[in-house]
This record gives sequence, C-alpha cells and structure tokens, in this order.
Amino acid sequence: MNIDLTVIWALIIAFAVFMYVVMDGFDLGIGILFPALSRGAERDKAMNSVAPVWDGNETWLVLGGGGLFAAFPLAYAIILPAIYPPIIAMLLGLVFRGVAFEARWRDPAHERFWDFTFTSGSIVAAFAQGVTLGALLQGIEVEGRDYAGGWLDWLTPYSILTGLGVVAGYALLGATWLISKTEGAVQDHGFRLAAIWMPATLALMAAVSIYTPFLDAEYWRHWFAWPNILFSSQVPLLTGIIAFMLYRSLKKRREYAPFFLTLGLFFLGMVGLGVSMFPYVVPDQITIWDAATVRSSQIFMLVGTVITVPLILGYTAWAYWVFRGKVSDEGYH
Amino acid sequence: MFDGLDATMLARIQFAFTVSFHFIFPAFSIGLASYLAVLEGLWLKTGKEIYLDLFKYWRKIFAIAFAMGVVSGIVMSYQFGTNWSVFSDKTGPVLGPPMAYEVLTAFFLEAGFLGVMLFGMDKVGKKLHYFATLMVAIGTCISAFWILSVNSWMHTPTGYEIAANGQFVPGDSWWDIIFNPSFPYRLVHTLMAAYLTTAFVIGGVAALHLLRNKMDMRARKMFSMAMWMAALVAPLQIFAGDLHGLNTLEHQPAKVMAMEGHFDSHPDGAPLILFGIPNSEEKRIDYAVKIPKMGSLILKHDPNAPLDGLDTIDDDKEPPVGMVFWSFRIMVGIGFAMLGIGLWSLFARWRKKLYDWSLLHRAAILMGPSGFVAVIAGWITTEVGRQPYTVYGLLTTADSVSPLDAPAVGASLMAFVIVYFIMFGAGTLYILRLMNKPVTGTEKTAESGPIRTAGITPAQEEQARGKGGNDAEWGIEQADKGEGA
Ligand code: HDD
Ligand code: HEM
Ligand code: HEM
Repeated sequence: MNIDLTVIWALIIAFAVFMYVVMDGFDLGIGILFPALSRGAERDKAMNSVAPVWDGNETWLVLGGGGLFAAFPLAYAIILPAIYPPIIAMLLGLVFRGVAFEARWRDPAHERFWDFTFTSGSIVAAFAQGVTLGALLQGIEVEGRDYAGGWLDWLTPYSILTGLGVVAGYALLGATWLISKTEGAVQDHGFRLAAIWMPATLALMAAVSIYTPFLDAEYWRHWFAWPNILFSSQVPLLTGIIAFMLYRSLKKRREYAPFFLTLGLFFLGMVGLGVSMFPYVVPDQITIWDAATVRSSQIFMLVGTVITVPLILGYTAWAYWVFRGKVSDEGYH
Repeated sequence: MFDGLDATMLARIQFAFTVSFHFIFPAFSIGLASYLAVLEGLWLKTGKEIYLDLFKYWRKIFAIAFAMGVVSGIVMSYQFGTNWSVFSDKTGPVLGPPMAYEVLTAFFLEAGFLGVMLFGMDKVGKKLHYFATLMVAIGTCISAFWILSVNSWMHTPTGYEIAANGQFVPGDSWWDIIFNPSFPYRLVHTLMAAYLTTAFVIGGVAALHLLRNKMDMRARKMFSMAMWMAALVAPLQIFAGDLHGLNTLEHQPAKVMAMEGHFDSHPDGAPLILFGIPNSEEKRIDYAVKIPKMGSLILKHDPNAPLDGLDTIDDDKEPPVGMVFWSFRIMVGIGFAMLGIGLWSLFARWRKKLYDWSLLHRAAILMGPSGFVAVIAGWITTEVGRQPYTVYGLLTTADSVSPLDAPAVGASLMAFVIVYFIMFGAGTLYILRLMNKPVTGTEKTAESGPIRTAGITPAQEEQARGKGGNDAEWGIEQADKGEGA
C-alpha cells in the first residue's frame, strides 16, 4: 500500500487555509464594511454578530501557519522571509482588530478611535493576505534552502491586484453574512452593500485569473495544455454559474443563499489556485515532496489530526448553533 | 534608532520583545481561567450568589486579557518563520508536530468554547456553561504543556537524529522528544508561576477594595482565596525552582554559572553570591556580598563540593552574565517576598485580622503586579542563559536567523514597539479601570448577561450601571498607576 502522506498533508493545509478564509473572511469583511454602516445600532449589531466567534475563526490561521511549519518546514522557512513586510502588516492588523473587539465596549468615549482601529486593522489584514497570495504565485527567488531575494520583491502590480481582490471578496462575504444575521433596515443595507461588492469581487477575480497564466509558462501549461483543459475549464465555467446564482439570489432577497454562494466562489478560487500551483509550494522551485517533513512526523501528526479535527468541527458547529439566528433588537433597552 | 545593529541582533530584540509581551497575558489568563472555573464550580455547588458575582466580575477582565493573549500569540507563531527561518527549517520535523498538537488540542478548545463561556450563559444550561468554562481552563493548561515541551527541547534536546540535509529529525520515540529532561521542571514551575501571578493580582485588587471598605464581603472572599493560594503555592514554587536549578546544573552548567556569578572555579566549596555587580570584562563580581560555601551547599548539598566556573567554558560559548545574574536575583527575590506575604496572611488569619490589617493590604497591593515581573525575569534567566545557542549545544542563534536585511527587521521592530504599547497599553488600562470598580451584586439586573448576539452589550451594561463617580475613581486610578507596570 502506498498512500502519499505528503499529498494528504498538502490537502490538510489547503483545508485549514480554506477554513480560515471563509471563517475569518466574513468577520474581516464586517470590519471592512464598518465605515459604511451607520454609527450606533447598525455597527453594534454587525459587531455583535461576530463577537462570539472571531477567536475561533482566527485559530484556523494559526493552524494554517503552524501546519505549514510542521508539515512543510522548508516551505515555511522560504516563504515567510520572502513576504516579511506583508506578514508583519497582517499580524499588526490583527492586533488592532483583536483589541478593538473588547475595547470598543469598554470605552464608549473613544468609540470613534476603536471603530477606526477595527476597520483599518481589518483592511490591512485582508489586503496583506491577498498580497501574500500574489507574492507566492508570482514566484520567489530561492538559493539552496534559503530565500534569496530582497525584502521588497513581493511588491508588484500583480500582488496589489490580488490584495484588492481579497479585500473585495471579504467585503462581499461580510455583506452576505450581515444579510443572514440581521433583519429590517440593517439587512437592507447588507443587500445594498452586497450589490456593490459582488461586481467588484467578480471583476477582480477575473482580472487575477487572466493575469495569472501569463506569470509563468508552467501555469499556462497547467491550465491550457491538453487534456488538463478538460478539467481546468470547469473552474471558470462553474464560477460563472455560481456568480449568476449569486446575482439572482441577491435580487430575490434570499437570506442565506448569498452567503453560501459566496463561499462557493471562494472555494472555486482555491481550486483554481490548486490547479496553478500543484505540486509546487514555491512555484517552479520547491515541490511539496521537497519541502515535506519526515515520514514519522507526518504519521505522528496525522493521528492527532484525524482524532481532533472532527471534534473541533463538532464543537465549533455547536458554538455557531448556540448563537444561531438573527441578532435581534431585544435587550437593547 | 536601531542604527549599527545587525539583522541578527534586531531579530533577537524583536523576538524578546514580542514574546515577553505575549507571555504577560498567558501568565494571567492561565491562572484566571482556572480561578473562573473554581468560582463557577463553587457557585453551582453551593448556590451562593457571591461566587457568581465574582465570576462575572473576573470574566470581563479575562475577556480582555485573553484577546490580547491571542493576538500577541499569533504574532509569535509566524515569527518563527519570518525571523528564524533557518531555525524553522532545521527543527521543523521535531518541533513542528508538538506545536501542531498545541493548535489542535489547545487553541481550538479554548477558542471554541470561549464564545459560549463569555456570552452564552443564558443560551445554554448552567451545566453546559460550566463545561465550556472548564474547557477553556483546561485548554490554557494544555497549551502550556505543548509550548513548554517545545521550549524545553531547545534547552535539553533529546530523542533526535541529524539528517543528511542538516535537519533535526525524530529518533525512535516521540516520548523522548516531548518529555525531554528539563520539561517536567519547566512545566511545573511555569504553571505555578501563572497561578501565583494571578493570585497576587486578585489579592491586590481585593486588598484595594478592602482598604476602601472593610465590610465588602466580596472583596473579603477574594482576598481570602488569593492569600490561601499565596501561602500554599509560594513555598512549593521555591522548592520547584530549586529542583529546576539542580536540573539545569546537570544539563546546562554554563547557565547556572552565569546565574550564580561564578566566573572562577571553586575546587573546595563555592560561595553563594547574594549581590554584586558582574564585571564581564575583568571576569569578576565587583562589590560581591557572599556567603562562603553556601553555593556548593545549595547546588551540591555539600559545602565542600567543587564547582566549576565560567573559566572552564570557552569565551564564545558563554551566556551574557549580567542579564542572567540580575534577572535571576529579581525572580528569586520576588519569590521570597511572595512567601513572606503568604506567611503574613496566615499569621493574620490566626490573629483574626485578615480583613482589617491595612498594612497587609497595602503590601498586597504593592505585590499585585509582582508576578509579571517575576515571570519575565524567569524567562530572561532561562533564555539568555541558553545563549549563544537556540538549540543548546547544537545550533547557534547566529546560525538560526533568517536571511533578512537589517532595515526590514528594524522597521518592523519599531512598528511592533509602537503598536504594542498603544494597543496593549489601552487594553491594560481598561483592565485596571475594571479592577478599580468594586465587585457588585447589581449584576442581577443584567442577569441576562452580556450576550452580545441577542442581548445587552457591555456598552449598554456600562451605561445601565451609570457613569456616576467615574471622575472620583479616576483619581484613585492615577494614584495606583504603579500597579500596571
Ligand atoms: C506557558 C504558556 C505559554 C507560553 C510559553 C506561550 N504561550 Fe502562546 N498562549 C498561551 C500560553 C503560552 C495560552 C494560555 O494558551 C494563550 C494565552 C491567551 C490565549 O488566548 O491563549 C496563548 C495564545 C497563543 C496563540 C493564539 C491562540 C489562539 O488563536 O487562540 C498563539 C498562536 C500562541 N500563543 C503561540 C505561542 C508561541 C509561538 C509561543 C512561543 C514563542 C508561545 N505562544 C508562548
Ligand atoms: C513566553 C515565554 C518566553 C519568554 C518571556 C521568552 C523570552 C526570550 C528572551 C528574552 C529571549 C532573548 C534572549 C537573547 O537574545 O539574549 C528569547 C530567545 C529565544 N526564545 Fe524565548 N521566551 C519564551 C518562550 C519561548 C518559547 C516557548 C520558545 C520556543 C518554542 C522560545 C524560543 C526562543 C528562541 C528561538 C530564541 C532565540 C532568539 C534569541 O536569541 O533572541 N521562547 N526568548
Ligand atoms: C525563590 C524561588 C525561585 C527559584 C529558586 C527559581 C528558580 C528558577 C530557575 C533555576 C530557573 C531557570 C531554569 C532554567 O535553567 O532554564 C527559573 C525560571 C523561571 N522562573 Fe523561577 N524560581 C523561583 C521563583 C519564581 C517565581 C516566584 C516565579 C513567578 C511567579 C518564577 C517564574 C519563572 C519562570 C516563568 C521561569 C522561566 C521558565 C522556566 O524555565 O521554568 N520563578 N526559575
């Protein structure tokens, strides 16, 4: 029997990253949309809708990063120095946000300041994550087992584009989340915001998708060579279908469908990423097998993962269940 | 500001700064999570409202401290890659798995149940809510277990092999890696440190309110609980610290030489240097106050046993003596001061003066923040004493660092310093403000609790309770500023 543990680990990390993107995506999205919401009840509700869950959401980021360190230490060691400034910016953004969650309630006198830190932290973190993605896709200079480029190599038009794409996508997730968690005027606002951010997200997604194959001949081959194209062409096709369904569901003022359809868009984005990258973690340089840790570490961790991840998903789902339903007006008197 | 420092030095300063800031929060949240579990358990068992009042009071403070612990912790887990990439590449196969286990078994547990613990009291039954509180408390301890195992392996590496590509890889048994020789000592010592730190914070807050109002029953309860903790755990901590030191003597003798200030070998009994000024240039302790033979007595349990000094270690393999020497004395000094308070409280209890001995209360306020100073001093002793290595004896700090340009590290260090002081400073200020208010029973009206999804937000709660007297409170807060340091 020959199960390739390295591929399994690549899938696990991809799963963690996807979980992170969808879960923290909507609460970062709430932060991005904050300035558009009116002060008072609207902002309070938006924040209340994520207050009980943001910490759990962010833990997936730790699993993504920690998992990369554990399963692919060489990739972790090469990629992080290459994207040093955006990573630091993201971390600081998350600090701003995390403190704002608590401080905003404790310190109503400075609410404006905390709203500002909440928004700016969210935008910086989202943008930095998008830049990170772009920086990785456009390639990293490697020498031996080390990063060999300069500290600003990540900064290109492409990485800015992916940065904007992620900000728009998270804003859309945030808007559709708001639709599902609120009613009345706040929900209406959610629909209006979604109507703005949906076209923005789709346009940026399209721009990134068109740009990417030109970055690297390898990507071109992955997407357009026969027979790959049979599979890869499904991705844009499905994206088109989901985009259309999303448009309809917003038009019909569905409450839950828009959020899940947006998740679908993100999922397809991830698949597209997989098509471009696989089997590399650092494009053209380091494959997942080059970067993988030793087998005994893979097995040791897999045992823990198989036992704990279902439990984690279980109690996370339970926590969401406890706080299900609309953020209501009751109790505000 | 950081001109003239190379990237390695800047990366070290950055790591030391961010991790020290991070640890301040776990030191408090580990202890507080357990305290909350105890309070809620007592409430469920006895049905006495006082425990619920205390629980709700400390829960608010916990929420802020925990949030700051989380965000500063995420910084740490990425910093291994950004600043110590060579270290990450080399140790990943050995240290990655225990750190992944920390995420899977601890971080998710804490974070998953935190929401219910903070906002779910009405949404789930009492029992389930207590279960959530317990999970958060257990999660913090599991987290300490794994991260301290990782850290201890860096001090006393065992169970590894070195692969052809230079990586440390696991040997036959994970057990040898996880339960490396210094781990049990470090785990016990650090967990007790967290409990002591928390006990002294609670004791300080209680003492403050007792000074204002001796009859405050809730403050009395807190004070009594905290002082029991101090009286029981402080002696245990000193004992554990002594054992930890003996273990270090066995595995990292150079660190102990630096802690003790032993520049020279003492073939027939080493003195205990109480104080003095380490002079690394001349390799001696100036103005030393020493007790002859006492050093050998403590470390070898024989006054005449020979002890080697730093003269037996190559100069380029010695840790910096000054920092280690001083930080060790600060920690030990605070340890004995804590013991002193513990004994004093026992005496006060016996004399039935526990709640109206204002000198004791003043001393307890003074000692309120002492735990934080002691834990940071302890970590400095441990970590600086390991220098010049990251993996003791095997991988030097200079060889661990990422290939980064100094300006990148310098700029990010500046950003960390500014952001941390502003953000965590503000957070700490709110904690102090909450502490400055007495525990009230009016929580009754807000009994439906701060359930943010469906109920009263803390903002409304605050308004409901009224802003009166805030200014007066501010005055007191200013006077107590020292507590936050
Ligand atoms: C002895 C305990 C201890 C020590 C030495 C450390 N931590 Fe920590 N850490 C905790 C105890 C803890 C905790 C009690 O579990 C925290 C504190 C507050 C919290 O939310 O969880 C935490 C939070 C925390 C988080 C956020 C978890 C989440 O998302 O919920 C991360 C990623 C780290 N830590 C990582 C680290 C790293 C990389 C460290 C070493 C350099 C480190 N911690 C030292
Ligand atoms: C939270 C408690 C901790 C504190 C307060 C702490 C403190 C410090 C300090 C002050 C240094 C600087 C030493 C010097 O450069 O002279 C340092 C170095 C270091 N520590 Fe820790 N540490 C803690 C936990 C850990 C843990 C759990 C790990 C590993 C998992 C770790 C890994 C390192 C590494 C890699 C260095 C080397 C970098 C350097 O020399 O600056 N530390 N730590
Ligand atoms: C008089 C009593 C104490 C003694 C003899 C003592 C001894 C020690 C020793 C020898 C170390 C270094 C271990 C190493 O080699 O790496 C250490 C570390 C440490 N100490 Fe203490 N200690 C005492 C009191 C305290 C107190 C009161 C606290 C906090 C409340 C504390 C917190 C720490 C921490 C957090 C560390 C770093 C983690 C570790 O290595 O365990 N210590 N202590």
